[in-house]
Amino acid sequence: MELVLAKVGNGGRNDARGYLSHRNDTYTANNQEHLRMKSRENLIQFGLLIIALSTIVILLLIALFILKEGLPIILRVGIKGFICSTHWSPQQGQFGILAMIIGTAWITAGAILVSLPLSLSCAIYLSEFSTPKVRGTLKPIIELLAGIPSVVYGFMGMVILFPLIRNYLGGAGPSILTASVILGIMILPTITSIAIDSLQAVPHSYREGSLSLGATRWQTIRMVILPAAKTGILSGIILGIGRAVGETMAVIMIAGNSVIIPKSLLDPVRTLTANIALEMNYATGDHRQALFATGIVLFITIIILNIIAHTIARGGVEK
Amino acid sequence: MFKLVVGMLLSTIIFGCAKSNVETINIAGSTAFQPFAEKLAEEFMVSHPEIRINVQGGGSAVGIQAAQTGVAQIGMADVVTLPKEAEGLKSIVVAKDAIVVIVHSTNKIDGLSLQQIQGIFSGKLNNWGQVGGENKKITLVSREEGSGTRDSFRDLLLKDTHLAPNALIQNSTGAVRLMVETDSTAIGYITHGVLSPEVKALKIDGVNPSPRNIRKGKYNVVRPIFLLTKGEPKESVKEFINFILSPQGQKIIADNGLLTVVK
Amino acid sequence: MLKPIFWEQVMKKILFVGTAITVFILFFIIFYILKNGLAVVDMEFLLSSPKDFGRAGGIFPCIVGTIVLSLVAIIIATPLGVGTSIYLSEYTRESKLTSIIRFGTDCLAGIPSIIFGLFGFVLFVVYLGLGWSILSGGLTIAFMILPTIIRTSEEAIKSVPDYYREVSLSLGGTKWQTIVKVVLPSALPGIVTGIILGVARSIEETAIVIFTAGSVLRIPTSLFDSCRTMSVHFYILAREGISMENAYGTATILIITILLINAFAYWLMHRLMAKYS
Repeated sequence: MELVLAKVGNGGRNDARGYLSHRNDTYTANNQEHLRMKSRENLIQFGLLIIALSTIVILLLIALFILKEGLPIILRVGIKGFICSTHWSPQQGQFGILAMIIGTAWITAGAILVSLPLSLSCAIYLSEFSTPKVRGTLKPIIELLAGIPSVVYGFMGMVILFPLIRNYLGGAGPSILTASVILGIMILPTITSIAIDSLQAVPHSYREGSLSLGATRWQTIRMVILPAAKTGILSGIILGIGRAVGETMAVIMIAGNSVIIPKSLLDPVRTLTANIALEMNYATGDHRQALFATGIVLFITIIILNIIAHTIARGGVEK
Repeated sequence: MFKLVVGMLLSTIIFGCAKSNVETINIAGSTAFQPFAEKLAEEFMVSHPEIRINVQGGGSAVGIQAAQTGVAQIGMADVVTLPKEAEGLKSIVVAKDAIVVIVHSTNKIDGLSLQQIQGIFSGKLNNWGQVGGENKKITLVSREEGSGTRDSFRDLLLKDTHLAPNALIQNSTGAVRLMVETDSTAIGYITHGVLSPEVKALKIDGVNPSPRNIRKGKYNVVRPIFLLTKGEPKESVKEFINFILSPQGQKIIADNGLLTVVK
Repeated sequence: MLKPIFWEQVMKKILFVGTAITVFILFFIIFYILKNGLAVVDMEFLLSSPKDFGRAGGIFPCIVGTIVLSLVAIIIATPLGVGTSIYLSEYTRESKLTSIIRFGTDCLAGIPSIIFGLFGFVLFVVYLGLGWSILSGGLTIAFMILPTIIRTSEEAIKSVPDYYREVSLSLGGTKWQTIVKVVLPSALPGIVTGIILGVARSIEETAIVIFTAGSVLRIPTSLFDSCRTMSVHFYILAREGISMENAYGTATILIITILLINAFAYWLMHRLMAKYS
């Protein structure tokens, strides 16, 4: 308290009324200094509002630029021609990205398959079966997985998974399988973190009630806690999907980048992100527009995923 | 605290505006020529300390576009003929480069005919056993679409056949070589200047891509390396290009595996 | 009869195995990189410049590039991020506007880095004519780490107890004075944690850097110079097979740096929590 007293200078009149209840301050006009302070405060508030709007502005800017560069070709080729055609051959004017959409879908699905059992195990174990101390130590460690650069992950895939696949499973190495495994590990921390938080947010009374009725811990988890934390976990999974869809560097290194519709897990694929990264540097004219249009598709996908996650999260809270 | 922030900001601004009287030349483009451009730049900057040369890669199409938009003062392109995107740019050939088809050094095959190469890369032939090797599936490795090396490969070897869609795509010469180095069933194509001991360059129609054969013209899968500038290049750029064409520059090129243009 | 208890034991073991696998993967990656890379890392590696395209020599320019790029990004992102979180937590109550801003922040956080790279390339490198430079890269990365800083700052500011504010105001301080002299200093550990996490994110970023800051292998001397960061250098070395040892060495430094940064951030978080519990 003394520190607070020392820091705050001697102002004018009592301002406490307006602040905490978020109402506008009301003052009588006969204190000059007060008016000055008030206008300065308003200026600061306005300035901060502008700064706060910056996130929206940046988002809109990104959307604007990407749309500006990419929309013309979508209009020209038609949405059907763009999204539903598998012919990607820029030098011949063919811009179908279906093969890439399928590639992204396969790899994302694979990543979720790899990641879900591991992340849910971690989340449930850390939340329900361990002490706060263990949780406090292991949770940050698992979150460390998120700090490893994606290029290092891609490298590990190249160096460890390629030889394994070549020797034991056949095929060249770069494949959906490799990408799924690596991507799955990459999104692990995202899903685990959010899942742990969701599980922890379930009130203790739920657990106590269930246990007092004679259920085992696992029964409690399965029938009471998991359903209660369902929405949170789901939104975590969706965020993980978003991350997998958006991953670029690791995928370029390990997925093979061939523009084909895969027939097996060992086939190489190209994702939407890899398509952009591989060809962006030099694409001109139509080709470049097509890559930006791919960016539009990605952008919209992420926004939709976010909206879904938000709706789910809000639905859960209302329950 | 506030003073600290202001101090940091000021020093950053000063750092930022410290554009010394150093002239910068940006070169971008062909990844095949990039290592050579770096070496040439290193040498050049020794005798010209007031000029700084930044070498970026990206592929021939990047070089063409960067020169057009002015992002780079010099664009490097290693194509057989300049595409229409290079219209309006001044071009000068500074070296010649041979493309070689490579396989893993342990591959039994030593050479292939042109038809076999076309068959393999188009996907018609997909097993090494079909061309005299072991009974293993062939893994195709290729460059990405904007690569000059890929365009040259198509123009000089593939001609009318199309690359198989299931070829693995890598976005630089070095990456293609790495893939072939680590996969004993792989086949790819790179510039002969970056060969390594782990890969083997195949004979094509019986002709061995040895430096001698390339120089003599017997092995003719060769394409020029263009340097592109927009309009009249400025003094420093001209100096650098002249350096590359000088005996000293050409020696660096020859020493590191490319073909020279100036006798 | 015994079944529920049986399942309980089985599931507990299965879950434990799952957790153990995850932790094992993490340690395996770190161990593998460090084992192969520590041999390469020595003072010379850290302090000398690369020779022969990266085959020999050290990675000093990349270290400098990484530091400078992160600094620029932080300098741009921190005022924007902290300002936004101050506004969101101190100046408004929950309304349409704030939920739009929050939605925008979440969306920004989810946008793939390649889109940021495209955006940065089109806006900063070409349109504004900044070319491949630290400035272009720093601005773009700043936009990318903005959500991180906003989120952590907001949490930190929200956790400052209300009575701090009450006392300040009852002594006659204005809102702004309260924020600057009371709230912010108390929230500082949390804000700094967010900044540190932002730095960690910007260090591991590769796609954006390649598209906006280029990959020139030299010590940058001005904001308009291109530069290469450690992760870009690692990517190039590894992809092209230029030098596997140096790749491992670069990765080692990268991972050690990130480990240290994360450890520091967590230590700060704990200090923060200890202060308020």
